[in-house]
Amino acid sequence: MQNFPILSAMLLLPLLGAVACLLSDARGARWIALATTLAVFALSIGLWIAFQIGGPQWQFAEYYPVFGRFAWALGIDGIALMLIVLTAFLMPICIAASWDSIKERVPEFMACFLFMETLMIGVFTAQDIFLFYIMFEAGLIPMYLIIGIWGGANRIYAAYKFFLYTLLGSLLMLVAMLWMVNFAGGETSIPVLMATDFPPEAQTWLWLAFFASFAVKMPMWPVHTWLPDAHVQAPTAGSVILAGVLLKMGGYGFLRFSLPMFPEASEQFIWLVFGLSMVAVIYTSLVALVQQDMKKLIAYSSVAHMAIVTLGLFAFNRQGIEGAIIVMLSHGLVSGALFLCVGVIYDRLHTREIDRYGGLSINMPKYAILFMLFTMASIGLPGTSGFVGEFLSLVGLYKVNSWVTLVATTGIILGAGYMLYLYRRVAFGELVHEDVKAMPDLSAREMALLAPIAAAVLWMGVYPESFMAPIRGDVGALVARIDRAAPVGDAQLKMGEAKPVINDEAYGEAH
Amino acid sequence: MDLASSLWLVSPELFLSVSALILLLVVAWSPEKAARLVTILSVAALFGASILLMVLAHQTEFKGGADAFDGLYRMDEFGSSAKFLIYLAAIISLMVAPRFFRDGGKYRSEYPILILFATIGMGMMVSATDMMTLYIGLELNSLSAYVLASFIRTDIRSSEAGLKYFVLGALASGMLLFGISLVYGFAGSTSFAVIGESLTGDLATGPLIGLVLVLSGLAFKISAVPFHMWTPDVYEGAPTPVTAFFASAPKVAAVAMTARVIIDAFGGQTSAWQQIIVFVALASIVLGAVAAIGQQNIKRLLAYSSINNVGFLLIGLATGTEQGISAMMFYLAIYVAMTLGAFICVLEMRDKDDRPLESLSSLAGLSQTRPGLAAAFAVFMFSLAGIPPLFGFWGKFVVFDAAVAAGMLPLAVIGIAASVIGAYYYIKVVKIIYFDDPANEIVATGHKTENGLIAVLALFVSPLGYLAIPAIAPITAAAAASLF
Repeated sequence: MQNFPILSAMLLLPLLGAVACLLSDARGARWIALATTLAVFALSIGLWIAFQIGGPQWQFAEYYPVFGRFAWALGIDGIALMLIVLTAFLMPICIAASWDSIKERVPEFMACFLFMETLMIGVFTAQDIFLFYIMFEAGLIPMYLIIGIWGGANRIYAAYKFFLYTLLGSLLMLVAMLWMVNFAGGETSIPVLMATDFPPEAQTWLWLAFFASFAVKMPMWPVHTWLPDAHVQAPTAGSVILAGVLLKMGGYGFLRFSLPMFPEASEQFIWLVFGLSMVAVIYTSLVALVQQDMKKLIAYSSVAHMAIVTLGLFAFNRQGIEGAIIVMLSHGLVSGALFLCVGVIYDRLHTREIDRYGGLSINMPKYAILFMLFTMASIGLPGTSGFVGEFLSLVGLYKVNSWVTLVATTGIILGAGYMLYLYRRVAFGELVHEDVKAMPDLSAREMALLAPIAAAVLWMGVYPESFMAPIRGDVGALVARIDRAAPVGDAQLKMGEAKPVINDEAYGEAH
Repeated sequence: MDLASSLWLVSPELFLSVSALILLLVVAWSPEKAARLVTILSVAALFGASILLMVLAHQTEFKGGADAFDGLYRMDEFGSSAKFLIYLAAIISLMVAPRFFRDGGKYRSEYPILILFATIGMGMMVSATDMMTLYIGLELNSLSAYVLASFIRTDIRSSEAGLKYFVLGALASGMLLFGISLVYGFAGSTSFAVIGESLTGDLATGPLIGLVLVLSGLAFKISAVPFHMWTPDVYEGAPTPVTAFFASAPKVAAVAMTARVIIDAFGGQTSAWQQIIVFVALASIVLGAVAAIGQQNIKRLLAYSSINNVGFLLIGLATGTEQGISAMMFYLAIYVAMTLGAFICVLEMRDKDDRPLESLSSLAGLSQTRPGLAAAFAVFMFSLAGIPPLFGFWGKFVVFDAAVAAGMLPLAVIGIAASVIGAYYYIKVVKIIYFDDPANEIVATGHKTENGLIAVLALFVSPLGYLAIPAIAPITAAAAASLF
């Protein structure tokens, strides 16, 4: 298994599928896309099974120096593995979710999605810094087209905003990458660069350049404003992939570049990250509370969840980083599922306005149950995936700073507020609107979309070990690498001074 | 060096000159209909010259360069690779021309012959190692170009373009000549090598003014800001195949020539020219990006795009290092492919009566009426914007890599930030093609020559182009090495 170039296969398969879709008609394209994404998912399961937990850090490595200046170098660690499985898991669901709702230019749509899948898996597998950059940046093109062609009324503005925001951030990162490679004497391999110690004064600038890119991708407050626009305008499947996978690229970037390559600078800017994240947790939660548009509400909640991720990552300890990764995985599943839930009722009524619904638990009981599960997972109820990640992140953060943890926890309470408020308005109450009354419950196809995600959410909540085992070793390596710069926690436990011994005789001496 | 070997070194130019003169005689005694045949023969002549070029480049005794005519002309890897690009661009511009001019019988045999003469001039420009050779090559190219710009005599825009180009071009030539004379006065020679040896230490005011004037004249030829004003008007007015030619071959020639002048003649005066080139590069990038935003005509838009790209090319030159020149040559190769591809796409913009269309709005919804053409257009636009995985990214990559390696970080950062502005109008074209409702104006089907060329060029700038890096990189590296 280790000899078969499985990663290259996972990259090329969707690409071939994309070409096949372009040459096919609408019906054929749908089936080709579904078959391709299912095949990739099967490969990713194979990858997970074959992955040796506790084995070498980089597995399934491939190296073909075909580009002269850089190489087609692939390889994954446990963190990348989990994100690849997440991507491959969400893709068939996205394709199936667009089965009926996308009616125009189906072959192009499916081709864009498959191309996107190649690039997303490419980001997580690239072992060459420039290959990573190409994959990272190239995602702009299909996403621009997906938002712009199949999006809602204000799609063009959203597409421009998405494109230009992300581009500016990434280009600064490119200059930093060029500098790093020059510094390292032309070395482009990410594992080697991760072990390179860059001079601390240069780290400051390099960190900022990478931050410009990852903060936009993440997105962190105040550069998050492209996200609600992009989400609201994108078609359902586009939102799922955006929230489920694209946002994870920012967190992955912090894990892969900012922390291990610039530990000193990461510590130096820790308050920048904490400050922005604290603002994000509180502010975007409050904004989410007053949204009338369901997709916007979930988009703002994404920003708040991602802030928990950055807080956990910059805690510099095992609990924080593992928690952040689990939040990333969990959020990928949950927010994807929530967007699908919105898509389900949007397909029926063609509005995302919360007030137009109400009482759905009466005529759509199955829908209401699944929607509730995902709502609870988003809040972080124990037993769901959300709890595991948020709890760990906050534990890690608490070791560093209890005040920041206090603020972050407040955000989680607010999160419960806006999600429950959303759920109450959509699912409970009386059925007042005639058209809502006529909405049928979940079809078999929709059940097939949501049920696997629900299963995964519960699995991750009840037995997170399956997901934590592969990442444990890599997080350990990361923590060992950044330990020298780890901030001192504010909880300074002091040993009480021993009371002076008053009566010597009472203890006496052993004779 | 004896005459025979000198003649052998200039054999590509010689071969083209003889071919062009013979073809001129053929034209004089043949009917109008022979235009097509003359075009084919011209393409054949260019192919012949390319083969001669390759034979020369592979002769071991000429590795690293050889002088001809006592240092007036130099055959080296730098000139050869530039010339190869020029010939390629000229061949492509010739191949797409007959169809464009087909209607109304405006296509005449003079067109291919003028292109041939312009190509000879460009060959001299990139090989010149003396101000005199340089000037003669430049004028031979420019005079042919003036006539080509106004090739459709009955079209007022075309005539205007030719006249404007001529007047402004003459002004630039005057500046260049004045600069040359000043430099000659202080250095005592027109040879690049001698100028380089005699201008040492801090430049006195006289040769400094000479240097500035020479660079101004050259900046006009490469349409760099602030000498770019003619570009949009000429690009818009000239017939589209001519515009495609202007945007590709002469650009290569002028940029390569500028590099040689700067490195050979003023190589010791880095502080004097570097700030000029840095300013011109950044100004071109920013103005090329900002001014393109409001354009409604696709040819004008591409004109600003070419100004923008010249800025990126000059970043490679501004470093003054071997890596920078190599990056510049690589960028040139990719740029030629992108810009020719984009212009051939423009050539395919025709309405139901086969009349050419130029407005951006006529492209609306092209993805639904002509999906293949739309996809190619999008590939060229994203590539010009430098978005990976398209090959245009690699051009920008190597240029910025050179700038960072040379320690010019601010230049790289400003240049790269400004490229985001440029990205806006490129993706605006994609938006018009893909997001807008169909205007159904472009209904004529493509021609197989054009389609074939578009497909080849689009494949080159597609991600498959990256596989060509190991093949191209040694060539550009050798070209740069031969200059130092």
